[in-house]
Amino acid sequence: MLNILIAVGFMAVLGLVLATVLVIANRRLYVYEDPKIDLVEDMLPHANCGACGTAGCRVFAEKLVTGESQPGACTVNSAEMNQQIASFLGVELGSQEQRVARLACAGGNNVARRHGDYQGVESCRAASLVSGGGKGCVWGCLGLGDCERVCDFDAIFMDAHDLPQVINDKCTACGDCVDICPRDLFSLQPVSNKLWVACKNLEKGEAAEAECAVACNGCGRCALDAPGNLIAIDHHLAVIDYTKNALASRIAIERCPTGAIVWLEDGVQKGHDAFKIIRKEPLPLQ
Amino acid sequence: MLNSLFNRKSFKHGVRPQEFKELTNKLPIRRLPFASTLIVPLSQHAGKPSVPLVKPGQEVVRGQPIAAADGFLSVPQHAPATGRVESIQLMPSARGPKTQSLILHVYQASTQQELYENAHDIDTLSPDEIIQAVQEAGMVGLGGAAFPTHVKMKPPPEHEVDTLVANGCECEPYLTCDHRIMLEQPGNLIQGIRLVQRALGVERAVIGIEDNKIDAVRAIAEHLPNDAAISVEAVQTKYPQGAEKMLIRSLLGREVPPGQFPSAVGVSVFNVGTLAQIGELLPHGRGVIERVVTVSGPGVAKPGNYLVPVGTPIRFLLEFAGVTSNAHEVILGGPMMGMSVAALDVPVTKAMSGMVVFEQQNPDIERGPTMPCIRCGYCVDACPMHLNPSMLGLLAAAGDYPTMASDYHLNDCFECGSCSYVCPSNIPLVQYFRVAKSVNRDLAQKAT
Repeated sequence: MLNILIAVGFMAVLGLVLATVLVIANRRLYVYEDPKIDLVEDMLPHANCGACGTAGCRVFAEKLVTGESQPGACTVNSAEMNQQIASFLGVELGSQEQRVARLACAGGNNVARRHGDYQGVESCRAASLVSGGGKGCVWGCLGLGDCERVCDFDAIFMDAHDLPQVINDKCTACGDCVDICPRDLFSLQPVSNKLWVACKNLEKGEAAEAECAVACNGCGRCALDAPGNLIAIDHHLAVIDYTKNALASRIAIERCPTGAIVWLEDGVQKGHDAFKIIRKEPLPLQ
Repeated sequence: MLNSLFNRKSFKHGVRPQEFKELTNKLPIRRLPFASTLIVPLSQHAGKPSVPLVKPGQEVVRGQPIAAADGFLSVPQHAPATGRVESIQLMPSARGPKTQSLILHVYQASTQQELYENAHDIDTLSPDEIIQAVQEAGMVGLGGAAFPTHVKMKPPPEHEVDTLVANGCECEPYLTCDHRIMLEQPGNLIQGIRLVQRALGVERAVIGIEDNKIDAVRAIAEHLPNDAAISVEAVQTKYPQGAEKMLIRSLLGREVPPGQFPSAVGVSVFNVGTLAQIGELLPHGRGVIERVVTVSGPGVAKPGNYLVPVGTPIRFLLEFAGVTSNAHEVILGGPMMGMSVAALDVPVTKAMSGMVVFEQQNPDIERGPTMPCIRCGYCVDACPMHLNPSMLGLLAAAGDYPTMASDYHLNDCFECGSCSYVCPSNIPLVQYFRVAKSVNRDLAQKAT
């Protein structure tokens, strides 16, 4: 009986001593953290996607509370929740123009040639390491869907021609697809940049068109009457200067013989002279 | 005799794939005719691309320099045939991306004599002059690495090199080009070793040859000089015996520290093909314009060892070797480490040692589908670098590429393929590792 009492007493004293240490440590080492941070974080989407430019939702919440950032910078959150955060913190909502990932390639398997049949790990990066993956255009999309797999928001799907399509409403511009693409075809663009060169082929004329019917062949017609150097030809490829985006119009797409320049509004719009894609099946191996 | 068979020097681990060398190892080197158009890439080596010296439309003679080295980490290119430069344009390469290449229209009526000559008196050259002459010859590692040879002849000053190793292992199945060079050009080989020995200032040179090429060991032993500075040794036939770190371990018992070059343990390794070309070209001051390529495999009717001008499209080489109608896959290099090509328009480059053609895959021998890892550990027993491919594969499947490099020595893997070869679950481990390395390189590039 005595043994039990000694043990219980010893444990009680030990517990008290350790509790005292913990209480002292808690007071001494206390770091003040604004309780608003937790509340704001709860109102954020917890996607930790990084689209706002910070490392995650917690860091973004800290920046919101200190006023370094505005709620509108989060493009994933619903508008109501962002409004709620703004009124909670008493700050301006701020606005961030929605940015989306865009693919600089339109060479689906019905227009772009393949010279070899890749067999191996189903991944664009793995394919690109085996003699370029067999696609004729060495700048073009390999179509094995690394971007579709990496997207946390289901904003990318592979269409019938093995070309990724971005669903603008779901895309949060987190940039994961930009990092994963071995051909560096994705970039994040504000939705107001409607004129878009869907090609990265650096070859000229027939050499470019031999591999892909919708390649930019560097003919330069779009650049010729582009207002204020909006479009330039660099290494046989049209490059749009988006600082002059206000000058962009549908005139450029009317000039393009292949349809490499497109106007992105209510889907993809091409000029009347653009190559008409009728083929639905993949091109045969060549 | 029996004892020596069982005690051949070797390294630990590795695999023993079937060799298939009997298809070509008795066939002497034959010269290939010139294709009508040659494609000479400006970058056939690791390092900066060379700078063209000629303009489109200009006529060149065989052996003339047509592109100059751009700095020390680069080598010049020489005209592989007499003809006219058509253009300088982007052409497909075996690696994938298009590279700037000189397109040469060959004059079929020309005698194709090598008129260009810049003779050196090789007995009086100083080490630095030898290194310069090797660079001027456009010499790169002909075994497949394509690393500029003259750079290897200038090891970092803190490393003292005492041994030169001539790598005549040729451990890849099918390939026999180095075997034939050793049999047919032992004099050039010895000459080349002498020159590199002088440039490096080393007393000792060892030629390491796998014991499936005993005839080459004998042929070279007859040509060895009497001063015993050069020796030839047979090592065990085992893949990847020809990897330089393995061969150093086998021949000298030294281990190269991770992430370092062989010069860290006082060794320089050169392929026998490279050394034979040095011995042949340097006295005349000529450049590398042709090389021996083994064309083999079940998909060709006339396998053989061909002396091929650099820049010959592989389509031409395949047609000459009589490619069969159901050829299905063309691999440049050997079947273990070589790379399938997507297009037959790519040219033969200086570092291309062989070409293996396979027919439509036989369903009986075709690899089955990839199955989950069963933790059998075969890959761990096969890895010559003593890595843990099983763990690396699991990490790769989880996409944790940085951990593979930081905790599991991914960067020491030289992609020999032994792990994939033995895997009973058909896991394409090496392909995973190459993806991981590629992603890590991209991440490192973005971080800077």
